[in-house]
Amino acid sequence: MANWLRISSRTVANHIKKRMNKEFMGGAVHVNQSSGLWWGLNRGGPVSDRNRRHMDPLAWNRATLLCVQRFKTTLAEKQHDSFLSSDSDDDNQSVDFPGGKVSYTSEMSFISESSQTRVPCYRVLEDDGDLISDCDFQQVSKEDAVKMYSNMVTLQIMDNIFYEAQRQGRISFYLTSAGEEAISIASAAALSEQDIILPQYREPGVLLWRGFTLQEFADQCFGNKADYGKGRQMPIHYGSKKHNFFTISSPIATQLPQAAGIAYSLKMDNKKACVVSYIGDGGTSEGDFHAGLNFAAVMEAPVIFFCRNNGWAISTNVSEQFRSDGIVVKGRAYGIRSIRVDGNDALAVYSAVSAAREMAINEQRPILIEALTYRVGHHSTSDDSTKYRQLDEIVYWKKARNPVNRFRNWVQNIGWWSEQQEAQLRNSVRKQLLEAIQVAEKTEKPPLSELFTDVYDHPPSNLEEQEKHLRETVTRHPKDYPSDISV
Amino acid sequence: MLGIVRQKMLEQSLKKIPPAVSVLRSYSSAAKQMTIRDALNSALDEEMSADSKVFLMGEEVGEYQGAYKITKGLLDKYGPERVLDTPITEAGFTGVAVGAAYYGVKPVVEFMTFNFSMQAIDHIINSAAKTNYMSSGQISVPIVFRGPNGAAAGVGAQHSQCYAAWYASCPGLKVLAPYSSEDARGLLKAAIRDPDPVVFLENELLYGESFPVSDEVLDSSFCLPIGKAKIERKGKDVTIAAYSKMVGYALKAAETLEKDGIDAEVINLRSIRPLDRSMINASVRKTSRLVTVEEAFPQHGVGAEICASIVEESFAYLDAPVERIAGADVPMPYAANLERMAVPQVEDIVRAAKRTCYRSVS
Repeated sequence: MANWLRISSRTVANHIKKRMNKEFMGGAVHVNQSSGLWWGLNRGGPVSDRNRRHMDPLAWNRATLLCVQRFKTTLAEKQHDSFLSSDSDDDNQSVDFPGGKVSYTSEMSFISESSQTRVPCYRVLEDDGDLISDCDFQQVSKEDAVKMYSNMVTLQIMDNIFYEAQRQGRISFYLTSAGEEAISIASAAALSEQDIILPQYREPGVLLWRGFTLQEFADQCFGNKADYGKGRQMPIHYGSKKHNFFTISSPIATQLPQAAGIAYSLKMDNKKACVVSYIGDGGTSEGDFHAGLNFAAVMEAPVIFFCRNNGWAISTNVSEQFRSDGIVVKGRAYGIRSIRVDGNDALAVYSAVSAAREMAINEQRPILIEALTYRVGHHSTSDDSTKYRQLDEIVYWKKARNPVNRFRNWVQNIGWWSEQQEAQLRNSVRKQLLEAIQVAEKTEKPPLSELFTDVYDHPPSNLEEQEKHLRETVTRHPKDYPSDISV
Repeated sequence: MLGIVRQKMLEQSLKKIPPAVSVLRSYSSAAKQMTIRDALNSALDEEMSADSKVFLMGEEVGEYQGAYKITKGLLDKYGPERVLDTPITEAGFTGVAVGAAYYGVKPVVEFMTFNFSMQAIDHIINSAAKTNYMSSGQISVPIVFRGPNGAAAGVGAQHSQCYAAWYASCPGLKVLAPYSSEDARGLLKAAIRDPDPVVFLENELLYGESFPVSDEVLDSSFCLPIGKAKIERKGKDVTIAAYSKMVGYALKAAETLEKDGIDAEVINLRSIRPLDRSMINASVRKTSRLVTVEEAFPQHGVGAEICASIVEESFAYLDAPVERIAGADVPMPYAANLERMAVPQVEDIVRAAKRTCYRSVS
């Protein structure tokens, strides 16, 4: 699998073309005649080229045909088979089984539990922020690049300040994205506002990109009456309908099959949008990971599963989480196209998500992206990770492999950012945050009536009664209740 | 309207009919008979026809026409986009359906039996039931979970549990348990139209039973209110409250009791959450005696909740302790004789009612 980089592009192109007739590759593999695999090896061409390649008529028709076939009953399976048999090839020794023809062999060999080399990781920037020469990536405009960088810095500062606020006892809980700023910001930047986000919990950067303000973040963490969640959830469980960001839910991986369901609904509605769902390395052990990916593949749903492989699930290292080569190899097991990307390289993440989005929407298929990164911070404010990992490992990733520094170097080198802007930004964000926290802290908590609303669409009579009783009790015995309850 | 007029006329004519027959006829005016299976199928068909957002998901619901044939004919009529055969993963398809409901479509998820819903219970409780509250109204979950619940015949411990009490203890869910075909049609339609998540508990052994249905019930706009119980049989001596199959047993018990001069009032709960506490309390205030009947395990059950409600609100009206009839506190055994002893029988209900009336039960 990993050898494809070394094979000459023409050989690969021919190989792909030959396999295009086989249904399991589908019509979705696009081959550019002039420069090999479109998504791997073309030489930094502009966006429009890529779009044109998608319109390869043969491939598109095949994809459309596949989509059309999905909407018939399984009686269409029989038509399916005839596609396979039309390409007789050199398979004169093959057997029919449910699921299609397979060729057989008299040599008994087990597929190895791992390949010789690991799946390579797509990156565009060197560790120091220099652009790798002759690389393939999606160009970013100056405006977007500056916004991306500013957001990464804002996220970093926001994390630091809220973490401190928890330590000071002002909020009860916090969870940072330290070390993963490029993932949430760059992936969000590659999406449109209509794309629906189902986060896990370490992606507030996506909300930040979409315009959630520092005050809105603070209000949720303090659970005051301005909080969109009406003070019902723990800190960092943000949710915003207007930003198409689904409310964060604590049980791990439940968002994956839900994402498949939403993507299917988008498909039923013929929307030109996709769903993006995030998961960590640990979350892929949940049953819902299997169900979500399997379903999405069967339903041919436009969903991007984005796995943040940051090496640690609280204290469980990846070597204790799974024995596969990370998450990317699992994609093929479900029939899902996948890629491994350097999660600390903002441009690589941006390009990969961009491409994935086009495929998901135009070809109506799920995509799996594994972003390799490192969780620099503790799991949350309830954790002290120095108890189970080496301090110098943490420091190394914080200093030498920092995604924010790396991207800054790139933006500065092409003259889109300066030291002065850096200082200004950091000062301003810090000030805004401290102010936002002060305001959030002083804002009233939600009123008593919000205890009973939204359990159902309309409040039932028993809850109305309970609210009435509670109001009477609080009014009659005020010293038994905190003074800041507005009745 | 016409249905009500016909009902009144029928009631008057009923008085001339011998008692054994009149009990059977004390529903709405009975011109047609309909099985529960057909009642559910027609309800699904009509709701899918009226609202293109409604779609079905579950194992065997499509090509197989439904494990119990409840979804018969719907795949042919609405196509595979709206009737989805799923792989075997309750957690998976429940999660997918909840996601779809978050988006705004209206899935009706079938569990082959509610015993299998335990594999999906995190999605039902943490994702479906609580999300409207946790998202402060931004995400509503208009989903229906339906399927057979409770004991069947000779299916053993892992296929016989009743989940009414578990689901009904969770705020955010609505839990319904139909008994007759009228209930099945009216409550399923109401459940599909409801913007909140609804758990709809059917009963496998009732699927083939026929009940009379009036024209009003057969109309496609027919709907029953969620949260209202029904008095299946009026009486004055003792209240018997039951749901699902046990309503039928309670009615048979009432026949037997009548011969002994005890006039029992039978309440069909229809809705476990919200529980129609006001109707149950009003009935007990009239009769002063209560027997609750359920097939489920006794501890923390529906009967326990009803008893608590009566004690809280109508204690002074009780003339006897509340009698609670429930299944045996053991995993359901398979052997037919043991199974029979593990679920309530009509005689158990009769004896309990007599105990509340201080009659000897020998």
